[in-house]
Amino acid sequence: MAKIKYIEFDRTEHVVEVANGENLMEGALGNNVPGIDGDCGGNAACATCHCYVGDDWLAATGPRSDSEEAMLELADGMTANSRLACQIIASDAIDGIELRLPETQH
Amino acid sequence: MATQPEISSTEEPPRGRTRPNMVWPFPPRERPDLPDHEPATLAEYLRTAPLDAVDIADPLWWENDVEGVFLKRLRDEAPVHFNEVNAARHRGFWSVTRWEDIMAVDTNHQAYSSEASLGGITLFDMDPDFIMPMFIAMDPPKHDVQRKAVNPIVSGPNLAGFETLIRERTAEVLDGLPRGEVFDWVDRVSIELTSRMLATLFDWPQEQRRKLTYWSDISTSDPELPGNPSKEERQTILMGMLQEFMALWNERVNAEPKTDLVSMLAHNPATRNMPPMEFMGNLVLLIVGGNDTTRNSISGGVYFLNKNPTEYDKLRANPALVESMVSETIRYQTPLAHMRRTALEDTILGGKHIRKGDKVVMWYISGNRDERSIEDPDAFIIDRKRPRQHMSFGFGIHRCVGNRLAELQLKILWEEILKRFDRIELIEEPERVPSAFVKGYKKMMVRIPA
Ligand code: HEM
Ligand code: FES
Repeated sequence: MAKIKYIEFDRTEHVVEVANGENLMEGALGNNVPGIDGDCGGNAACATCHCYVGDDWLAATGPRSDSEEAMLELADGMTANSRLACQIIASDAIDGIELRLPETQH
Repeated sequence: MATQPEISSTEEPPRGRTRPNMVWPFPPRERPDLPDHEPATLAEYLRTAPLDAVDIADPLWWENDVEGVFLKRLRDEAPVHFNEVNAARHRGFWSVTRWEDIMAVDTNHQAYSSEASLGGITLFDMDPDFIMPMFIAMDPPKHDVQRKAVNPIVSGPNLAGFETLIRERTAEVLDGLPRGEVFDWVDRVSIELTSRMLATLFDWPQEQRRKLTYWSDISTSDPELPGNPSKEERQTILMGMLQEFMALWNERVNAEPKTDLVSMLAHNPATRNMPPMEFMGNLVLLIVGGNDTTRNSISGGVYFLNKNPTEYDKLRANPALVESMVSETIRYQTPLAHMRRTALEDTILGGKHIRKGDKVVMWYISGNRDERSIEDPDAFIIDRKRPRQHMSFGFGIHRCVGNRLAELQLKILWEEILKRFDRIELIEEPERVPSAFVKGYKKMMVRIPA
């Protein structure tokens, strides 16, 4: 179980518990956290689960895959901290992580 | 489920794949000998014919809305299937019909190309004598550079600036509709609204708005169908369009930057210095991309609500459902029934050996009805749990860049409709577009009770 803090663009915070093994896009949708759409169901194929991971947590979330990289490249407002939430899997290692969400998904 | 490592060595390479390139004009289309072309007769044929005897690209099925019968059989019995019939007209192609397999193709742009010179993105190859460079029909890295330039223009925050204007234009059209009188929803609303919208987004003279619709229709029209302009006529018309846009661009590139899409493209450092043909290609792509797709979603909504009165009741009772109703409409309609790719290498898909050069057709309209991935997919349910999880916008690097714009237009339209009309009644079955690519309506007679 990992405690995840989703921070909407307007700074509204949502802290939810996500079971180990579940991805953080599902974690948002399953807990009615707004700001993540997850249109492709978690295949790194739509980029509507774009989020920003703070520098301190980047290493713990692991590297981006090639397909994640390709989708993020085309996303609005992509930065070095950008990740696709569906490609981050909840585990003890990321307990307490914060994800900032963009103004809109595209 | 998507791929299995076995290549069956006994499998004959389908004949169509060894044939040389198509020569215009194509030979006549082979069709089954049927007593009539009533939808019931056609559906019965598709239910029982051998899978290898059917050409699913034949517009006949689509014009009569019966293609789903056959696509379901493909999903269940032959999810990756070579369509050999009429190969002399389309070279033969692989039909990919399950959600998972379509996803596998769509997300593998390394193996499956969109490149125009290989034929592009539709089942029937692009006219090799008239290729407009558009990023929808390019592979990386060029695709990515051009898409990135257009992306911010149709992003959420930027679109918010258009919202008031879109709402005003929508209200004008709806307020002008007759009450207690039968009229064609396609012409009076779907086309009218999309053409006004295009004119608004491009800051194109409103009184000439139907020109945009006309050009868009021509660029997707099949030169072989009776009544459509020939290949040569089509080229002339599209060149005329390019000239008019060129003039507009020249005017705006030297003027103060404004918020219309042409100005934005003309002033954006990433697009400003594009070669003229490429710039045009992208402009045309925005026009074509947003035209009949949105138009047919507008018509589709009216049709589906009429066929599902309890859903219409739900919507009337709770207008907050508009957003999910819009997504469900786009799924259920699937305005672009397929996208096509060309294999760049030998691969295995669903246990089939796809050879380099093969055409691979992703039937989104079938993936959207695949019960392996979507619960109760044949039902139109405006408050389903995950209405956004559909394939109508494609997936991967070519996923529709205009999706937010389309959703915004449809959302505003339905909000304004619900404010005004209690009901829009379908009077008779609509006339449909005879095309395996654009899934849509030519005419839909309705009445708004007085
Ligand atoms: C309900 C409405 C719409 C549907 C169903 C739709 C569908 C699609 C699909 C399936 C693709 C993927 C193409 C591929 O994978 O080869 C696509 C791409 C595209 N669409 Fe849309 N579209 C819609 C509205 C719009 C609008 C309003 C615009 C205009 C702003 C637009 C512009 C584009 C562009 C530019 C691409 C190319 C993206 C790329 O290649 O990277 N579309 N659309
Ligand atoms: S849900 Fe589509 S990329 Fe994450």
